[in-house]
Amino acid sequence: MSWIFAEGFFTSAPVQTALLVGGGAAVVSAVAGVFTIIRGQSFAGHALADVSSAGGSAAFLFGINPLLGFLSMAVLSALVMEGFGAKRAAERDLLTGIVLGAGLGLTALLLYFDVSARGTAGAAIAVMFGSMFAIAPGIVPLALGIGLGALVVIGLLYRPLLLCALNPDIAAIRGVKVRLVGLAYLLVLSLAVTLSAMTIGAILSTALLIGPAAAALRLARRPGVAIALAVLIGLGACWGGILLAYDSYDWTPGHGWPVSFFIVSLIFLAYLATGLAAPRRAPAGG
Amino acid sequence: MFSSFMMNSWIVASMVAIVAGLVGFFVVLRGATFAAHALPLGTFPGEAASLLGVNQLFGLAGAAILGVAGISLLARRQRNEVATALTLITLLGLGTLFLSLSSQYAQGVYALLFGEVLGIGADQVLPVALISLAALSAILLLFRPLLLSAVSEDLSAVRGAPPGLIDLLFLSIVGLTTAMALPVVGALLVFSLMVGPASAARAMSARPLPAMLLSAAIALGMAWASMALSYLSNWPVGFFVGTLAALAYAIGRGWSRMTRIGHQPRQSPGLA
Repeated sequence: MSWIFAEGFFTSAPVQTALLVGGGAAVVSAVAGVFTIIRGQSFAGHALADVSSAGGSAAFLFGINPLLGFLSMAVLSALVMEGFGAKRAAERDLLTGIVLGAGLGLTALLLYFDVSARGTAGAAIAVMFGSMFAIAPGIVPLALGIGLGALVVIGLLYRPLLLCALNPDIAAIRGVKVRLVGLAYLLVLSLAVTLSAMTIGAILSTALLIGPAAAALRLARRPGVAIALAVLIGLGACWGGILLAYDSYDWTPGHGWPVSFFIVSLIFLAYLATGLAAPRRAPAGG
Repeated sequence: MFSSFMMNSWIVASMVAIVAGLVGFFVVLRGATFAAHALPLGTFPGEAASLLGVNQLFGLAGAAILGVAGISLLARRQRNEVATALTLITLLGLGTLFLSLSSQYAQGVYALLFGEVLGIGADQVLPVALISLAALSAILLLFRPLLLSAVSEDLSAVRGAPPGLIDLLFLSIVGLTTAMALPVVGALLVFSLMVGPASAARAMSARPLPAMLLSAAIALGMAWASMALSYLSNWPVGFFVGTLAALAYAIGRGWSRMTRIGHQPRQSPGLA
């Protein structure tokens, strides 16, 4: 077995933390991702993750808990996006883009301060590309708590979320407060992307969000089944990626390959595989 | 600020801004914001490969082609934005790998993502000029089809322009522009230069040609102001580009709200 699980894989504390937090991030992202695709908000999910990196860099600068840094920035931009919300999809995307640009500009500035004031040159890497094996163990309870909270909110809003996604007019007639549900959903989304931004990095957290869900939705049309499949794919890719990255220290001596690369590759493979397995049918436009 | 080593930066930034402003008009009109963000960010593996010794321009062009091809191919089976997201993450994953294989890890990544406007050499001026010219002539040639298919895909198809082809050509123009702009403002902020000025210009004029020119002018002003501020404060140029883009958008929204009072709402926003 040692050629699959390199020595020390199960006993190393950083690996255990990575498996725990990464797994949590993968599960929450996969669940949120299915709704993100159904609601057509992939860009918003990507933007929230990118913008949260400003919070991550601020946390580096002021020495606060990075999770709180990522989270507060993501929630803030979710509020801005929904607060100035536009009805038409193209305008919504435009506003998302503007928030994204401003947020990334802020990230650039904060990282510059990080480098010049504190000499933490690694901050840019850690924030943008994640630091799976360098997660502080103290973060675990908070991270898992946030993930659980997000899942509970999704569970409570399950039916209204689906209804609003499929037909907002009917949802409104049946007494669902469409805008409120939209806001709640964006907040859940920011929780999910925060977790994955912490683990595989801000610019790749979109992989955990969109990848497993897109693959699952090719196989299953029913939301419940799709969610279960997405969780399986996400969890598999995340844990598989951690394992491969750990093993890669042996392939190229003294120099591991990045976890994020393996996770993205596995997700992409899963997406291709589901394309082969999916029943051939005319494009349903969805 | 205008000493000789800065002149190249001013020239290149001006060309990038004008092209980004013009292309950005169509980005906003066609609602292609996500693609305009994904393509520059997706050229990241090309930049990262250049740290490994690959020619920078070839690397960027290769990554841009992969991005355009990925989005167009996947979009046949997926929603457009999901296709864009999947292409983006795959390219970023590759970029991460290349980056980790190079030794210039921490230093390089910052410049890749956020740009290094002060470090533009004389040898970069000519390629940028040529690519600008190519992008500009492509826009001029495709002006009417791009406009028409943005307003009505059906109408455009009836007149003999398949929407898929127009989309592909448009994405290629965006890819070309971003590959060129990347060294100046960085992968993460090229698209601020495309989206911010164009959104303001669209709010101020409903007619395509004036809006396009206005967009280019605002982009130029924005790029100059960002460079000057960056030079004076020593803060990263990307910060100023992003902030000014948000400002331009806010002004545009305020403008269209002000002018709408007392007017009838326009019949077809975007086209006269």
